[in-house]
Amino acid sequence: MSSNTDFLLAVEDLTVSFDGFKAIDGLNFYMDEKELRVVIGPNGAGKTTLLDLICGKTKATNGSIKFRGKELTRLPEHRIVWEGVGRKFQTPSVYDSLTVRDNLEVSYPKGRGVWGALAFKRDTALQEKTQEIAESVMLKDSLDLEAGQLSHGQKQWLEIGMLLMQDPALLMLDEPIAGMSAREREQTADLLKRLAGKHSIIVIEHDMNFVKQIGRKVTVLHQGAILAEGDMDQVQSDQRVIDVYLGH
Amino acid sequence: MNGYLDFLGGRNGLVGLLVLAALILLVFPLTMGVDQLSLAGRFLSFGFVAAGLVLCWGYGGILSLGQGIFFGIGGYCIAMFLKLEASTPEATAIQTTPGIPDFMDWNRITELPWFWEPFNSLTLTLIAIIVLPALFAYVIGIAMFKRRVSGVYFAIITQALVVILTILLVAQQGYTGGANGITDLRTLKGWDINTDEAMVTLYFVTAFLLLGVILFGKWLLHSKFGRILIAMRDREDRVRFSGYDVANFKAFVFCVAAVFSAIGGAMFTLQEGFMSPTLIGIIPSIEFVIFAAVGGRLSLIGAVYGAMAIGFARIAFAEAYPELWLFLMGAVFIVVVLFLPYGLAGLYEKYAPKVRAFLPSRTARAATSRESTEVRS
Repeated sequence: MSSNTDFLLAVEDLTVSFDGFKAIDGLNFYMDEKELRVVIGPNGAGKTTLLDLICGKTKATNGSIKFRGKELTRLPEHRIVWEGVGRKFQTPSVYDSLTVRDNLEVSYPKGRGVWGALAFKRDTALQEKTQEIAESVMLKDSLDLEAGQLSHGQKQWLEIGMLLMQDPALLMLDEPIAGMSAREREQTADLLKRLAGKHSIIVIEHDMNFVKQIGRKVTVLHQGAILAEGDMDQVQSDQRVIDVYLGH
Repeated sequence: MNGYLDFLGGRNGLVGLLVLAALILLVFPLTMGVDQLSLAGRFLSFGFVAAGLVLCWGYGGILSLGQGIFFGIGGYCIAMFLKLEASTPEATAIQTTPGIPDFMDWNRITELPWFWEPFNSLTLTLIAIIVLPALFAYVIGIAMFKRRVSGVYFAIITQALVVILTILLVAQQGYTGGANGITDLRTLKGWDINTDEAMVTLYFVTAFLLLGVILFGKWLLHSKFGRILIAMRDREDRVRFSGYDVANFKAFVFCVAAVFSAIGGAMFTLQEGFMSPTLIGIIPSIEFVIFAAVGGRLSLIGAVYGAMAIGFARIAFAEAYPELWLFLMGAVFIVVVLFLPYGLAGLYEKYAPKVRAFLPSRTARAATSRESTEVRS
């Protein structure tokens, strides 16, 4: 096995079992810097669990997750964020009673300790960054709206924007287009393509059209392990993939 | 509004604060007799606890049914100091061991326990009133929040801690004064606290401290800390996965609420003249939550009105029908929870604009807002 420090993310022999059920079973998964990877697979394949393990929401039973050579499995969640891992949840998680601006500002990686937060002052760097990110996630006209008033699709964008505020090396997006209109899906695809050169991105998605739009390298998960990996055409013509996933 | 006054909540926030200040610093002292004023001062002492609950429960989503603990820490600290001052060897010459508090002598204790020693000093006592509750709340907070204990479980644990504390206080009679508490408090550095003038002075000290505490709370809410507090209440996981150690933030706001309560407890004790386990037990601890709920759990100023409203209602009602009072208060609580989630402050926010529409003149406007509360902080 090549030295896993060459990769941005190196997941090796990862296993997690819930009461004997192995949701992830001896998984190996590697990602390069600035890579956009789509993870697909049938329900229960372990896609969300994989993201949970990387971001520390679920603790691994076995195996290692190295991010830029640093072991993540023993770090608490907030420290994993500090290392540069950002996670978007499946259902949009934004702070409904705060404005869009505040949602973005709270995600800014300064003033993360109690005392830091008390002493924190808005500076021009923050304002510019907020403006810039709001623009890139198509929310620049909604900055002073309460996040609770946004549409479902806009909340998804806002959450992506909140991650971008942290400027993470790795963005993990769990079904980012769920509940979006066709037009919003297109805009999201464009957004992801724009982001792909600046961050590494893992996207979990079911919508094959969307996957084709953004997809370069695709990983197919099945029963907690990798079934196939490669570019879209390769994966689509793989008989095993057709049998367990694309066939129905 | 000038930038540095932003934290008051703009024009509405400033008006709300000024109305409260005018009410407790001018209207009450000018219209009330000493007895009634001193009563109001005690209700204001409860306002500290309610304001603390607004921060930790209303904004932080941490419901504590154990604020009596901290109210008690503050109260007992100052009571211990006053008791030692009242227990000079001359004043206690008839005891077996002169120079120690009377209840210790009755319990055959012959030497001042070590943990009473610091309370010979007013400075140390004042420090203890701030530091002890913060420390205690920090230990509870970190122990609970690092283990992700929250919601109703946290509420039940704080309730259990209240029970433990009161049982401890009652059982350790020789050290704590037992069920009677610490009584016969007379002077503070030689200043008689039971005279009418002292009552008035203590009232004003309480009122000013309370306004200070509210200002501090408003500043806290206006900082990034305040927004993180709301964010945690809305989506705790999102905050955690944005790189914050949620437990530390929760523990901190719990500490702030604890210190507020302790200041209230100390001011209450000075005005009441004694401190006992019944004043900090389960029932008062729940009442504090009712004050905050009635006043409006998102309004620091509303919390003070809540404490005063319930306080004065109790005086009016409980004298006539003492046995019905608890039922009435329970009913009020249920009504507030079901129909007025933001309490009096929410009511004001909803109806004040409508009332204003009927009242064109400025003076009339000012008159109506006096009895009501302010808008959300």
